[in-house]
Amino acid sequence: MIRKDDFETRRAHLRKLSDEELKNYFWELAERVVDPLIEIAQTHTTPAIERSVLLRMGFSSIEAKGIVEKTLQHGLIGKGAGHAVFRYSRLKNIPIREAGLELLEGRGWDEVKKSFGVEHESK
Amino acid sequence: MKANKKLDIREILKDLDKYEPRRRGWTWRKKVKDLKLGRYVYSDCSESLKQSVPLPAAKYFDNIDPQPDAVVTTEIASGRFEDDIRRMRMAAWHGADHIMVIRTAGQSHFDGLIEGTPQGVGGVPITRKQVRAQRKALDIIEDEVGRPINYHSYVSGVAGPDIAVMFSEEGVNGAHQDPQYNVLYRNINMVRSFVDAAESKRIMAWADMLQIDGAHNANATAVIAENVMPELLVQHAINSLFSVKAGMKKENIALSTVPPTASPAPDLKINLPYAVALRDFFDEYKMRAQMNTKYMESSTREATVTHVINMLISKLTSADIQSTITPDEGRNVPWHMYNIEALDTAKQTFAALDGIKELLKIRDDGYMKEAVREIKERAVLFLEEMLEVGGYFAAVEKGFFVDSGIYPERNGDGIARKIDGGIGAGTVYPRDPDYFAPVTAHFGCNNNQYEPYKETPAELIGGCTFEDRSKIIYIDELDEEDNVETRLKEKEAYLNTSFVKPEVEWLADGTVVIDMTLPTSAEYAEAAAVLIAEKMNLLEPEVIHREVLHPEEATRIQVKGKIDFAIDLSEIELPETPSVLSDEEIKDFMRNHPLRIVAGTIGEDEHSVGLREIIDIKHGGIEKFGIECIYLGTSVPVNKIVDAAVEANADAILISTIISHDDIHYRNMKKVHEYAVERGIRDKIIIIAGGTQVIPALARETGVDEGFGRGTKGNQVASFLVQRLKELRKNES
Repeated sequence: MIRKDDFETRRAHLRKLSDEELKNYFWELAERVVDPLIEIAQTHTTPAIERSVLLRMGFSSIEAKGIVEKTLQHGLIGKGAGHAVFRYSRLKNIPIREAGLELLEGRGWDEVKKSFGVEHESK
Repeated sequence: MKANKKLDIREILKDLDKYEPRRRGWTWRKKVKDLKLGRYVYSDCSESLKQSVPLPAAKYFDNIDPQPDAVVTTEIASGRFEDDIRRMRMAAWHGADHIMVIRTAGQSHFDGLIEGTPQGVGGVPITRKQVRAQRKALDIIEDEVGRPINYHSYVSGVAGPDIAVMFSEEGVNGAHQDPQYNVLYRNINMVRSFVDAAESKRIMAWADMLQIDGAHNANATAVIAENVMPELLVQHAINSLFSVKAGMKKENIALSTVPPTASPAPDLKINLPYAVALRDFFDEYKMRAQMNTKYMESSTREATVTHVINMLISKLTSADIQSTITPDEGRNVPWHMYNIEALDTAKQTFAALDGIKELLKIRDDGYMKEAVREIKERAVLFLEEMLEVGGYFAAVEKGFFVDSGIYPERNGDGIARKIDGGIGAGTVYPRDPDYFAPVTAHFGCNNNQYEPYKETPAELIGGCTFEDRSKIIYIDELDEEDNVETRLKEKEAYLNTSFVKPEVEWLADGTVVIDMTLPTSAEYAEAAAVLIAEKMNLLEPEVIHREVLHPEEATRIQVKGKIDFAIDLSEIELPETPSVLSDEEIKDFMRNHPLRIVAGTIGEDEHSVGLREIIDIKHGGIEKFGIECIYLGTSVPVNKIVDAAVEANADAILISTIISHDDIHYRNMKKVHEYAVERGIRDKIIIIAGGTQVIPALARETGVDEGFGRGTKGNQVASFLVQRLKELRKNES
């Protein structure tokens, strides 16, 4: 968009505001811009977020990357990659690391999917 | 750690897998009210360092080294973390307590953590091993200088949350985090950037890290830097508020703010209203004052002046953190000495401007009032239109940001990104209602659905790495060739040996700079300078700076090049350095022990300049300490000078001998000594001999108390007199 500086006309409605009112209005507008962004962040996840969860669960960066890739292949990222590992450790009654490493090797995914009631094909 | 010992990189790398950081979180300096240092009282200073290198002029001020109350940053990024560690130590001694490590080019686009210690370009690959080694080194360095040092890097790119976790585990104290930076400058998908950012920020909040945003990049990118001022307020607001909503405390959120323009523009008229507008709107947040990089050329002098003016604005408004930009950044990746120059520039400027708010006040009427208000209103209008077009993502798609027009003026050249474009597009997934992550510091929906119910999800796995760091998996190296051990082996000849080569960034890189003025035009001067460097046997000569003194009369050129030889320090015999007392100590002694000396050049020697410099008050000679000097003139016979000393009841004889033909100078010293013995005064009088050809040890062999060679100063002679007299009096008693 090309537009000449029309600040003088645009500012008309701001002139009556005190400095304090202008500041409050600035932050009110900022909040309206930010809230939808926060909302998306609360309800979505990404491979990086899931890797960061697995790192915190005691996996190396290389293992975390592999487990997240497998989670995506099996369509379980909406449950959480860490969740898949946690669920599998509960199902098999084995430690978290052992569960994660088995999943990394490609074992156990069918059981995990079944327990989540997810039947879709691996991608 | 002793000041006269080098950091041992191998020692730092030893047992790194077992290293644990000593603390989490950011540390501010401890401000001292009315700090007394030497003769002065400082208004805006913090606790002094245990050990430091003061400014050069400090020797005239009892070596005081006032430390400003703002945290002072230096950016270090040579590509090799092992060399950067040594530079960190240099920087800490010059007052840096915030060490920012720049990442290697391309790390933003690396999907995951990099491991090991590969070499970087324009920065270092930020890996766990490298971070751990540097944090460990900084623990040693902070103990040495006596002030906590904040370690800092970047939580951005497509692996932000991964890096945030690693930083939290490794005791990194601060980080840049701003999703807008990813979107605008790294072309990372905007949805991915914001979703990742919320998680990163929550993790950083847990670790009490200080966050710095990325808004200053708009300055550096914009066609006309000051035209993005309204947008900068908007960018700061989006990141700050998003961070608060992700769980960060406002006091841990710092705005990266740069005075947008630089001289020859009327700097203060533009930059000062902007600084005030920003601080008005963001009074609950911290200010990280960055220096202008937009208009940096190869002149380090010009950059330094711009940076001093930037700090004038910091002092007139506020800066919780003062960043420093190395004055050579306009021509190369920063070199050791320029980190230090930048830090000294900050220290010097802050000391000079100490208490400025008690002296001056920024006007809040007239031009200032109008200009401040205008910036704020333009920013508000920017936000209004963002909402009109459908919010942040829509505004980015329409190229709202980094347009060269000052909002609401639009030139249609802003950076536009597509909501479904960029790196990482299509990698954002909705969380199912039963989504779960059994870890601490996780942002957003987390359905803690398992029995037995635990208050915090990580309890279900017996704590995550944030509660139990024994769960962290440490990877040492992945690449057999590209790692620190290989690099150290290559440098073995210079690692803690007596061989030295010059360096600017890496151990023994061999780089030197020669500075020359050639009486010709810039084009010829540049070509001639390279030829001169080649004839001086410099390898890979390259012009790094040229400055026209006059279009035809002269050009100043700086050329860098490398040398391929080393010097063995063990073959060097250092001249003795006489110990020197402070002026105060000397004066104190003289006050209680008045001292009289006789002096002259002896034999057939008419050279009196050196002796006059040692004696005369106007040359900083010994008279200034209150020593009574009886100057007998030139070519004084040996007997006469000793007789004069007896007659005057002098405490010392100073003889000067320049002519050294056939060792006449030493023979005359011997005669003075022997005649003094003959007159029975030798044990009561001090004999000092000076001259350009005098070697102290050979002089002492003749029987005199001390000899002083070329370059001797009055305070050295006075110091010797004081120390020798103390010995004599001790012997007497």
